[in-house]
Amino acid sequence: MDVAALTLLALALPFVAALLAPLLTRLLGHNAAWVLALFPLVIVLHFARFWPEVAKGEVVTGGYAWIPSFNVSFSWLIDGLSLTFVLLIAGIGTLIVLYSGGYLKGHPQQGRFFSFILMFMGSMLGLVVSDSFLMLFVFWELTSITSFLLIGFDHSREAARRAALQALVVTGGGGLFLLAGLLIIWNVSGVTQLSLLAAFGPEMRESPFYLAALILVLGGAFTKSAQFPFHFWLPNAMEAPTPVSAYLHSATMVKAGVYLLMRLNPVLGGTPEWQILLPLFGGATLVIGAALACRQTDLKLMLAYTTMASLGLLVMLTGLGVPHAIEAAVLYLVAHSLFKGALFMVAGIIDHETGTRDVTRVGGLRSAMPLTFVIALAAAFSMCGLFPFFGFIAKEEIYYALSGLDRRSLVFAAIAILGNALMFAVAFAVALKPFVGPKVETPKAAHGAPVLLWLGPALLAAKGLSAALLSGLTHELVSTPMASAIAGEPRAVTISVVPHVGLPLMMSIATAVIGIGFYLKLDRVRAFMATILADIGWGPDRGFDQFIRGLVRFSVTLTRRLQSGRLEVYMTATFILVAFVLLVVPIAYGEFPRAPFFAADVPLHELAIMAIAVIGLVAVVLAADRLTAIVSLGIQGFAVAVIFLLYGAPDLAFTQFMIETLSVVVLALVMTRLRLSPSDHRPFAQKFPDFAIALACGLGFGLMLLKATGVPFDATLTDFFNLYSKSIAHGANVVNVIIVDFRGTDTLGEIAVVMVTGLAILSLVRLRAGSLRRVADNDPDTEERA
Amino acid sequence: MNSVIFRAVAPFLTSLMVLFSIFVLLRGHNEPGGGFIGGLIAVSALAIYGIACGVETVRRAIYFHPMAIAGAGLLAATVAGLISIAARVPFMTGLWIYPSVLGLEVPLSTVTLFDCGVYLVVVGAISSIALSLEERGGE
Repeated sequence: MDVAALTLLALALPFVAALLAPLLTRLLGHNAAWVLALFPLVIVLHFARFWPEVAKGEVVTGGYAWIPSFNVSFSWLIDGLSLTFVLLIAGIGTLIVLYSGGYLKGHPQQGRFFSFILMFMGSMLGLVVSDSFLMLFVFWELTSITSFLLIGFDHSREAARRAALQALVVTGGGGLFLLAGLLIIWNVSGVTQLSLLAAFGPEMRESPFYLAALILVLGGAFTKSAQFPFHFWLPNAMEAPTPVSAYLHSATMVKAGVYLLMRLNPVLGGTPEWQILLPLFGGATLVIGAALACRQTDLKLMLAYTTMASLGLLVMLTGLGVPHAIEAAVLYLVAHSLFKGALFMVAGIIDHETGTRDVTRVGGLRSAMPLTFVIALAAAFSMCGLFPFFGFIAKEEIYYALSGLDRRSLVFAAIAILGNALMFAVAFAVALKPFVGPKVETPKAAHGAPVLLWLGPALLAAKGLSAALLSGLTHELVSTPMASAIAGEPRAVTISVVPHVGLPLMMSIATAVIGIGFYLKLDRVRAFMATILADIGWGPDRGFDQFIRGLVRFSVTLTRRLQSGRLEVYMTATFILVAFVLLVVPIAYGEFPRAPFFAADVPLHELAIMAIAVIGLVAVVLAADRLTAIVSLGIQGFAVAVIFLLYGAPDLAFTQFMIETLSVVVLALVMTRLRLSPSDHRPFAQKFPDFAIALACGLGFGLMLLKATGVPFDATLTDFFNLYSKSIAHGANVVNVIIVDFRGTDTLGEIAVVMVTGLAILSLVRLRAGSLRRVADNDPDTEERA
Repeated sequence: MNSVIFRAVAPFLTSLMVLFSIFVLLRGHNEPGGGFIGGLIAVSALAIYGIACGVETVRRAIYFHPMAIAGAGLLAATVAGLISIAARVPFMTGLWIYPSVLGLEVPLSTVTLFDCGVYLVVVGAISSIALSLEERGGE
């Protein structure tokens, strides 16, 4: 098979694995993880073959036409940026699958969990390799949906359900902003593929729609990457099982927003708006996230807020626009995925083995869990940017980028030092505090983790060390190609693990010193943050609830206003609108038909038939009871059918006969069903307006038909059908041939509608009064009152 | 309806009308008729039978649930379209074969199958509405 087919297969592989997962888990129990982990491993191996080309700075594209007429394709773009993401997603994914095997061992729904997480993996892979806009959007929303499923995995708890819904609303809603932004970009540039977009950078940036497109794209990126003030869903998402937090909510999904910004940097970046908005929101997120992390005592929540802070740092660096900022973002992104994934898994191990993850209720675990302690320390060193881990290199590069001495750099350098110092304190609070000090009694007696649990974090932590020690290789394969792809021009990353004496190192040391200070006074910092938050009292999380409640109230009120539930009102409104369209529009534009032409010699039988139609109508109006009126309406219908027959439309006439018969029968049945009084009791005050509406509608239809028939008849279609009906469709009845052959797809749609309408009417007729009451019970208003 | 004459005639009338509806359906390709009209005739036949002899009798007589009939029709129509794809021509392209049955050449086509699908959908959907409305037990 060629590379394109294999790549398509590799992209489909996680979904295949998701299908197999429940079955495998039933057969093998938690050991199914070993088999399922092979799938992402194969993906890693497949994409690794692109490495030589991508390292040379080449871009690999491929794909298949999807809807060629709309210029939509299923195509991928593999450059330094997407390849790094793919390897992170599939590589960490392999470890996460193994870790889930141990973490959810014996869980009755472990198979479902594997299935969800593999589906997420497939969506995320699709997102980062997407070349076409539509595919990007579809996979973007798929990651939101799979994240919803995973956060709400423990669906019996209310908190989990709320967190899942909140994450879906925020990130899914952000996806809609992204769609709108992509549509604007498409309209301005005229291309639907990211690989072609780069050439349109100048046009995009000078377009009057630039700001709109930018804000919409940022709306998508900021919600996905939990930037302040859309960050609140991320800490709540910690309701998910820990493998999910480690994978989606630190290493991969939340980086999708950053990925998008990096991907669009050559197109949208470099403008004053870009360089103001991104560092502003990123910097705010960094400081707020790091400060909120100090306030928490739950290990996972502490990590979640530092993730938010790290995402802020990445956004800030992406938008800063100073030399080395992009390179710093690249290095920090990779380092963060490695150490944060490992730390989350460590937090999960502590939770799993001790039964609690409250940092104040664990201590002295180093003797019981020595291996976990080593892993945690290695990851924390990387997170703090300490020598000789990969985080150190990243931090040096960040400070190198910020070491310019102008006012802007000084401000952002101060922000970065403050945020990093706070994260430094939190890292050690998570990775050091539970293991040192006196032993604390925990709900479960602590003991070492099984291999499935420690393997993942151990490999990630080791990677954080080896990537730094072999920095030359790392830069050649990952950092340089990725930074070049983001910058849109060749960039070389050269920084190594050997410390250089200079301003950046001074800033690192300052960070460490302040960080140690925070760590030692963490209890006081926590109390201080708690007081501040209590003073503010209101947060975006509560705002979200208020927003949703307001939305529900508004919809209920609006529905009450518009939907009175009385058939009479709907009918009156509908017919008034029909009359309005038919009468007011021609009057406003002066479009009246010419007076109709009356033939002098109408045959007697035609006059008689018309007279019957009129008699039928008069009978309807004069009828004493409703049944008579219905039957009289039938008389008029039959008369019209006979006219069709006389003017050479036997098919139409046939149908009209049958429809008239059936509608009389059905109307009569409905009447008995509704138990209406046999005669009409409307007072004159109501009858008169109804009569006026009916007259207006009739007049309008009459005028419209006269106008339509006044237009010269275009016989192109008639000629076509007459010519080809017999010769290519083998049928002499042109009407039938049109229905079943020439326009057969229309008919297929129509009979589907007939079928669905039938089903709808059937269920309406079957609805009992009791079931109606049950529907009313689900009304949100009644719930509120209860 | 409690008319003895009506009740005595209804079964014959209904059978004749159903037979006629099938005749109309099959001749539709060359003369006035077709699935829509045929289906409507069959529905009126069932409605008459229902008014005369009760809904239960009709339900027993048609054996399948009316909605199942409609579903089968929709399936038949869709399959008629899909056969073209299997034959590597665009969806819904009419395909014809002329097998010889007892020495008589019978033209058969996916179009005929499609029209039968239309017939079944109309019969199923509308008779299901009519029958459920006629049912007094539902009140």
